[in-house]
Amino acid sequence: MTNSFADFAKARMIFVIGSNMTEAHPVAASFVKQAVLAGAALFVADPRRTALADMAEMHLPIRVGSDVAFLNGLMNVLITEGLYDREYVQSRCNGFEELKAKVLDYPPERAAEISGVDAETIRTLARRLASVKPAMLMYTLGITEHTSGVNNVLSCANLQMLLGNVGFECGGVNPLRGQNNVQGACDMGALPNVFPGYQRVDNAEVRAKFEKAWGVTSLPDKPGLMIPQMIDGLGNGKVKAFYIFGENLANTEPDIRHVEHCLASAEFIVCNDIFPTETTRFAHVIFPAAAWSENDGTFSNSERRISRVRTASPPPGEAKPNWWIFREIARRMGHKWPSKSAREIWDNEVSVLAPSMAGVKYNRIRGNGLQWPCPNEEHPGTPTLHKHRFTAGMGTLTPVDWTPPAEVPDSDYPLVLSTGRRLYHYHTRTQTGRAAGLNDLLGEETADISPFDAAELGIGHGEMIRVASRRGEVKVRANVSDRIPRGVVWMAFHFREACANWLTNPAFDPVSLTAEYKACAVRIERA
Amino acid sequence: MSGATFILNGRSVPFKLGQSILDAARDNGVEIPTLCYLKGLAPSGACRICLVEVTGARSLMAACSTPVAPAMEVFTDTPRVHQARKLNTELLLAAGRHDCILCEANGDCGLQELAYRYGVDGSSFPRSEHIYPTEQENPFIVRDFSRCILCGRCVQACNQIVVNRAISQGYRGKDSKIVTGGDRPYHESDCVFCGQCVEVCPTGALTEKKLRGQGRPWETKRIRTTCPYCGVGCQMWLHVKEDRIVKVTAVEGAAPNDGRLCVKGRFGYDFLYSEDRLKTPLIRENGRFREASWDEALDLVTAKFKEIIDRDGPDAVAGVSCARSINEDSYQMQKLFRAVFKTNNIDHCART
Repeated sequence: MTNSFADFAKARMIFVIGSNMTEAHPVAASFVKQAVLAGAALFVADPRRTALADMAEMHLPIRVGSDVAFLNGLMNVLITEGLYDREYVQSRCNGFEELKAKVLDYPPERAAEISGVDAETIRTLARRLASVKPAMLMYTLGITEHTSGVNNVLSCANLQMLLGNVGFECGGVNPLRGQNNVQGACDMGALPNVFPGYQRVDNAEVRAKFEKAWGVTSLPDKPGLMIPQMIDGLGNGKVKAFYIFGENLANTEPDIRHVEHCLASAEFIVCNDIFPTETTRFAHVIFPAAAWSENDGTFSNSERRISRVRTASPPPGEAKPNWWIFREIARRMGHKWPSKSAREIWDNEVSVLAPSMAGVKYNRIRGNGLQWPCPNEEHPGTPTLHKHRFTAGMGTLTPVDWTPPAEVPDSDYPLVLSTGRRLYHYHTRTQTGRAAGLNDLLGEETADISPFDAAELGIGHGEMIRVASRRGEVKVRANVSDRIPRGVVWMAFHFREACANWLTNPAFDPVSLTAEYKACAVRIERA
Repeated sequence: MSGATFILNGRSVPFKLGQSILDAARDNGVEIPTLCYLKGLAPSGACRICLVEVTGARSLMAACSTPVAPAMEVFTDTPRVHQARKLNTELLLAAGRHDCILCEANGDCGLQELAYRYGVDGSSFPRSEHIYPTEQENPFIVRDFSRCILCGRCVQACNQIVVNRAISQGYRGKDSKIVTGGDRPYHESDCVFCGQCVEVCPTGALTEKKLRGQGRPWETKRIRTTCPYCGVGCQMWLHVKEDRIVKVTAVEGAAPNDGRLCVKGRFGYDFLYSEDRLKTPLIRENGRFREASWDEALDLVTAKFKEIIDRDGPDAVAGVSCARSINEDSYQMQKLFRAVFKTNNIDHCART
């Protein structure tokens, strides 16, 4: 996020798109709801009428995957009606003319045709968004989990820059991270193209720095594979050995049958985990790992805040911290790593090697953590990014076109399946499924469908139905809900048997390789 | 604005215009007891415990709902104040079944604290009869109405802090009760089990089911940590007894969550103690896993990776790090892949 959670409750205007915050980020949602109680205007764009939409001034039920067209339509109004922040755009952004040329192709009528939200509503929303400054924009995976994910993100950024909303408290572009340490795993360089602190692997100077620090030579200079390429690589024999640390890929990746075929093709799979999972079935060796409260360390949250994680109890049996396991493998391959604790790893390596985190040391984050960039030990951290100027100098307005999802409904598969998370469970339930009580509150998956489709197909609330896509089919209970728009089926991936990923489409954004979990074509029938 | 002062227990001290006596006193290091006031929210004035003496006022004033005026003279600790607080504590005690022996809140109860401080047990008044049975059908929260003092904190927390709007004040007079819509039990209501009501309850009216019999407040130590679920990164206290978490509460005033948690963060910790936990390294042999020593398992993994890298090159190995584990683990894994295996084939699930 460019901004901080502390801004949410203070914001005067909030635009939420593709985020079911009350279920996926309940505490963040509480701040948004408090802002509304204090008089803030809230706009929610989501195909479903989410709980947050109930509190909104306007709910914009855009069609699944129409985000770019909808956002371009808003920007069309802002530009044609002269409502955008001219001074901000001129002084702080590049690319306005190109963006203008592009969004002129999306008059509200065209945006309405694609998004299903009528043109007058698009105009009204654009005018409202231009009426308060700054306004915050928040999004979650509803924006990113599309074949147009990167373009969706760029559109959100375009809109906020056009409105002059980036670089201020209670403004900005704010993706809520789905998992406790997704931000941190990125920050630490668990990505194929960057070292810790987003320093590129194809930069010779950076490599030289890491070679010196790590006491090695010839660090690889070519960006590596991303997860979907790794999985396909197992299938086609290019990847022989696969190390899976704490991931349940057999449930979380799109098209489970394909994923399991690839995992089964591997020559050698190692897993670090805390539980046996559907994925560890494919392992040749499983290392038992210390869990969350069984080792010291740090997490980095969505607002780039590095906070402490502390030990409450020892791990069971012979389970060990993951960092120890990696260190032992390195040692057996002739590399002696000096850091002997998470604290030493952070204080002596991470903060030394990643300039944006240089000022973060364990002795500074005993209470509230610090938000990077935090370049030195006197620095208080950075709650708001891009203040006064963009980190890159000028903000870049990037014109983008709308593209439909890779798979759209047809006569064989006439409905859109969209997926996500529910309140009472987390991912594949390896944790929440074993916490007493949560299964009592939500014990099985449902397929959420609209009353229209239910009536048309003669499906009653609570009846078992079959949901089928080109990849597979599941039997699941129908949850007939007026929160779901006609033509949409909505499911989560918490339960193995009726996991949405038996159905989802392994089509990916061409840049990020994020899968299109939010849109594929399905048909439903009574089971 | 700045420079405004009032007289607190004979001492001239600063305050902010609009501030209540209670908040201004707190800022000046004087704690006035209260059972109903929640910082940051509108005072309800329900419990009548925060009474203070204001010079010139005919009656005692509720410190939570009386704004300070410049030069106002306030006494928080006089015999008259004590007498009033004592009486009100007596009345609250008599209105419920406040037997502390079996109460989960024992040792962590605002009412018990006041009773101890003012030396009362509620026996000066006849006990009220209780008509509402305890509700414990849901998995997480026990609602013992006989211990409810109707302070309204839970209602404020639900409606104004987490804004789930699941409960409100119901009925009238002696029938008063905190109710959900239609007075249904929690699990049949709009309640989403964030447990904020439990967090703010000053008595044993709302307690955690999982905690029952697991530990008293004085037996547990508190450890601050960061929630393992979504990307908000809520700050929480782990209440730990003999190496076991028995309760989780939010860290008041901490960034980013400012004293709130959700159902997963508050109640979803006990997966740690599942019998399913992996406890030894396992090696697959003939389609079955067998237990192995660390040395054997580590040696095998090292040998296989070496063999494959030597035969097919470093890019024939790939790894996925964990977005739920600590930063230091991800750092270490990418270091293993880059510095030891010599490949950038390292990723994690941020993209998927």
